[in-house]
Amino acid sequence: MGHLLSATLAFFTPESGGSSNANQTDSLYKITLVIALVIFVLVEGGMLYALFRFRARKGAVAAQIRGNTRLEVGWTVAAAVILLALAVVTFAKLDSIQNPPNSSPEGDKLASADVTRLYASDARKLPPNGKALNIKVIGRQFIWQYVYPGADEPDGLGAPYSYEQMVVPTKTTVTLDIVSSDVVHSWWVPQLGGKFQAVPGYHNYTWFKIEKPGVFKGQCALLCGRGHARMIATVKAVPPAQFDEWLAYQKKLIAEANEQAKLARAKLNSQTGAGQVENP
Amino acid sequence: MATAQLAPVPQVTAHAAERRARGWTSWITTTDHKRIGIMYMVTTFVFFCLGGVEALMMRLQLGAPDNTLITPTVYNQLFTMHGTTMVFLFVVPMMAGLANYFLPLMIGARDMAFPRLNALSYWLLLAGGIVFYASLFWNPPEAGWVSFVPLANSTYSPGGGQDAWIYLVHLTGISSILGAVNFYVTIANMRARGMSWGRLPLFVWTILVYAVLIIFAMPVIAAAATMLLTDRHFGTHFFDPANGGSPVLWQHLFWFFGHPEVYIMVLPGFGIISEVLPVFARKPIFGYRAIAASTVAIAFLGFLTWAHHMFTAPIPEAILVFVMLSSYFIAVPTGVKILNWIATLWRGTVEFRTPLLFCVGAITVFLIGGISGIFLATFPIDWQVNETYFVVAHLHFVLLGGSVFTIFAAIYYWFPKITGKMLGEGLGRLSFALMLLGVLTTFLIQHVIGLDGMPRRVYEYDNVGHLELYNQISTVGSFILALGVLVTIINVARSLKVGVVAGPDPWKANTLEWFTTSPPPDNNFDIVPVVRSVEPMKDIRREIERRSGAAPVSGAVVPTGATQVGV
Repeated sequence: MGHLLSATLAFFTPESGGSSNANQTDSLYKITLVIALVIFVLVEGGMLYALFRFRARKGAVAAQIRGNTRLEVGWTVAAAVILLALAVVTFAKLDSIQNPPNSSPEGDKLASADVTRLYASDARKLPPNGKALNIKVIGRQFIWQYVYPGADEPDGLGAPYSYEQMVVPTKTTVTLDIVSSDVVHSWWVPQLGGKFQAVPGYHNYTWFKIEKPGVFKGQCALLCGRGHARMIATVKAVPPAQFDEWLAYQKKLIAEANEQAKLARAKLNSQTGAGQVENP
Repeated sequence: MATAQLAPVPQVTAHAAERRARGWTSWITTTDHKRIGIMYMVTTFVFFCLGGVEALMMRLQLGAPDNTLITPTVYNQLFTMHGTTMVFLFVVPMMAGLANYFLPLMIGARDMAFPRLNALSYWLLLAGGIVFYASLFWNPPEAGWVSFVPLANSTYSPGGGQDAWIYLVHLTGISSILGAVNFYVTIANMRARGMSWGRLPLFVWTILVYAVLIIFAMPVIAAAATMLLTDRHFGTHFFDPANGGSPVLWQHLFWFFGHPEVYIMVLPGFGIISEVLPVFARKPIFGYRAIAASTVAIAFLGFLTWAHHMFTAPIPEAILVFVMLSSYFIAVPTGVKILNWIATLWRGTVEFRTPLLFCVGAITVFLIGGISGIFLATFPIDWQVNETYFVVAHLHFVLLGGSVFTIFAAIYYWFPKITGKMLGEGLGRLSFALMLLGVLTTFLIQHVIGLDGMPRRVYEYDNVGHLELYNQISTVGSFILALGVLVTIINVARSLKVGVVAGPDPWKANTLEWFTTSPPPDNNFDIVPVVRSVEPMKDIRREIERRSGAAPVSGAVVPTGATQVGV
């Protein structure tokens, strides 16, 4: 029974369950939905009642009423009051949707880095202690790339990265820095909160904090060309220790691949004797 | 028929001084607002059908998950053509067509203020449509009707289709601006004696506001499209971030036009509802001043809300908050209109004729779209539902209710005036029932599709959850809707041949277009009556009764000219 109820509610409400911001959005949506349904039933019901109650009958004469100022002022004010109430509810919920919480104590150690000075931007929301795991999300036709912390050099070179699937630690506040390398895309994993455009020349920000391991699916939400429908994004949440392992392994793989490429280039150069093939 | 016997009426037909022009050349050389109006309406209805076919092809593709019926390229072209067609080639110019035909008649004028400019407006529209559709034979545009940059720039959309889109925006834009100036001048200067602003028919009020909105909004999209054109071909960098330009600028410019455009499309529809409801409720409009004022208020607020289309773009939070509140605010005058319409029906004697049915359907459908708009105005909720099928559902409820259903109400209401023949009532009801059922089936479920995470503008989807079932429901609904439209087309074709003769005033309506014959003569009126209230035809009928000494006719009498048996 409870399952049926939750299934019915899920039918009418946004995806949630991955991160607290998605959950809070879901509850704001439900409050709005209740108000909306009441208004719809009252207005539509009033109209249907008027239609059938006052349908033309023999001998019926239409009342020649041209208006009623008090009534009209009344419902204008009532409409404004309802919307004002809705605005108050939204502002009450806004903090929990927009502002990330601190990472849990058992969260990933990489999140202990102070990211407040990473980018000087008001739009970037940070947890109260200013500490989060920051991942750069790069949209490109037609794949998402993720760049993780752990660069070898101060300019960011040598940072581990992955495509399509983002791996993140649980119980850790993850902030996303969303950019694009070509056209406008939109980052969206429904269960982890709202979507944000990746616009070339701009930074956009969001965050999530996943409590339990799992895989969350999403895709690019803004038309970016012929491959738009297949621009998939998945987020895989794993325990922090496993994440650190994965990150180290990923880094190792990339280093090895770079090494292989370097050798191949050297071989190629020695064969041709040209020596123009540079590290890209 | 009772009124026909009350002959000594000021219903004077015109007697042509010279032979009426005939043949196709008379159509292409005409400056008569009625003929231009008819050309507008027929042309835009053809584009409506083309846009509808494009929609059906998309729904067929989405009828099954991972479908391979249509390639991604063609799919992108289809939704670009569909959106552009419905906005630029159907709704906006259809409203111009209705206004062209009826605005001079309703204010007691013999033509528009600038008849030749009026003809130019039409031919520019047609040229825009032809240029745009000619791209079908080369490269149709595929960047969506919003043409976001950089996707629409020469790097990512090298084909000529995007240029055809720009050309269409310019040609239809000039057409709309010229038409708007013409409407404004006509309303300001050519009203019948006694028709003060407080006696202007509400449809004319909405056309006045429509004209002002066009004059303010269209130059913005024209500028943006020109900037896109020079970016594409002449080496400028307005939207290129690598050279100091901004893709977000395009979004601002586009939506600064795009949001008022919504009101350009729905306000004339509201005007139609405000004309039709009092006629069939046999009761004056409730709160004339409030309805006229709310039209102006909506138009004003409509210029302050554009950024609610950009909640997910990188814009400052202060803008998010401001735009959420201004978007909420616009619901107040809109709600006032709806409540006034219901109050108009209240204690009336409501006759369930097809125009009334379409108006009631329009209010219902628009109400759903208006309420889902509240979710989208709340920016944290918008972050979840924007760019999904939830938005597709929302905008279709708004435009099918505010525009398509009201246009169909207008067709059923005014067809007798244009052709002199009544449309079949039975087919009309059938068409209404199918269209309402079609809209609800197609689009209600799309809210759920969007909430389940399916973005818009995707040519295929995985069958996760019940997406396949939901999409199939939507596809079936779209064909029911199309069937409903087809029934009205059949109805029109049939009535042109065998329709019952309408007479000058089959509905016992309120406004001056019913004072002249159906169809009206070239000069509309030989005598223009003096207007003494917002319902001049009521005054005239009362005057006729008084002079002929007949017993007062009950308001609920159904005119015999309108009792046609449908199929």
